[in-house]
Amino acid sequence: MSLYQVQKLIYQLNRDPRTRERYAAARDAVLGEYELTAEEKSALTKPDIGLLYVLGVNGQLLMHFAALHKIEWPDYLERMRQGLKQHGQVREGVYASTGYEGVEAHDARLKAARENR
Amino acid sequence: MALVYLGACSHAPGITARAERADTQTRQALEKALRKMGDDIRATRPDALIVVAAEHFANFFMNNMPAFAIGMADSYEGPIEDEAFLKIPHTKVPGNKALSRKLIEGVMQSVDVAYAEEWKFDHGISVPLHFLTPDYDLPIIPANINCQGPPLTPLKRAWAFGEALRTAADSAPERIAMVATGGISHWPATPDSGKINEKWDREFLDRWARNDRDALLSYSDAETYRDAGQGGFEIRTFVAAAGAGKGAKGVIEFCEPVPIFAVSCTVARMQVA
Repeated sequence: MSLYQVQKLIYQLNRDPRTRERYAAARDAVLGEYELTAEEKSALTKPDIGLLYVLGVNGQLLMHFAALHKIEWPDYLERMRQGLKQHGQVREGVYASTGYEGVEAHDARLKAARENR
Repeated sequence: MALVYLGACSHAPGITARAERADTQTRQALEKALRKMGDDIRATRPDALIVVAAEHFANFFMNNMPAFAIGMADSYEGPIEDEAFLKIPHTKVPGNKALSRKLIEGVMQSVDVAYAEEWKFDHGISVPLHFLTPDYDLPIIPANINCQGPPLTPLKRAWAFGEALRTAADSAPERIAMVATGGISHWPATPDSGKINEKWDREFLDRWARNDRDALLSYSDAETYRDAGQGGFEIRTFVAAAGAGKGAKGVIEFCEPVPIFAVSCTVARMQVA
């Protein structure tokens, strides 16, 4: 496991425009600068957002990595859900899933409560 | 002069990124409360605004994570997030290096704080500023508490940081405003994004408004994680604000759960002047 290395690469991509340019132009060279397992490398290059989530990548890093790949917010959430189905619970870190009714059902409940006030 | 304004507010990226997907009335009321906070800050004629944030790996990473940091530059840039995502244009924000240095020297008397001559704002600072100082005409002094990469800054140290900021601000000839930004319960950037423990939030804010030190510091990280999610670790910024309040009481000016923004959106103030 080299979760730290995966996260460090994503951190650099998120904050440093030059790393992003290099990643776009010569991705393998950039990946070679980090100690990554084959699974991690493949998850990054696909990108397999669901697997990166299950590997334990912090959501505050992962959401921007998804945005970098033009993955819209609802799609980002869905990919994490698919990742849980395919690969099981989050293996490391504090971004585990604990179950949620979903925004639409939640909104409807709050709306009903507002109307009853 | 002194600390002339003290408040706390949410910084959820959804507030700007997904604005149109929220209930219109609730969103407008939130934006109004945030703009009023900006007006209230300006009414105190501050020379600078300290923003106590819980940043998300824009500057600080697990290779060298400070428990506390304060910016020390004449300008900052941000937000780092993609404009198309956050819907806030990238910009340069004024700072005040000399004043930062003075405050850092003051804080260092009681709390070991890292200083940073470079700082890229993320949504944690940029979303509040978008409403509070939309013209970016007030020098900002960013401060950070590690709420993100465990081991996290203990709550009692966050309180001490707030106290130290207050002492430093009160010792400076300038007029200083301070706003803490963070979420209360939330599970951001997970498949559970939108989950909110409203009861827990209201209880926390009640403790905050009473400025009840013991009650605020009594949460263990395990309890916070269970009841308020990993996003709940950001209560450290509220705790620091309460510490800076020196016993002052708080007023919750706005608090409504907004699932698409992933938090109970909050605007609150402590009477310090």
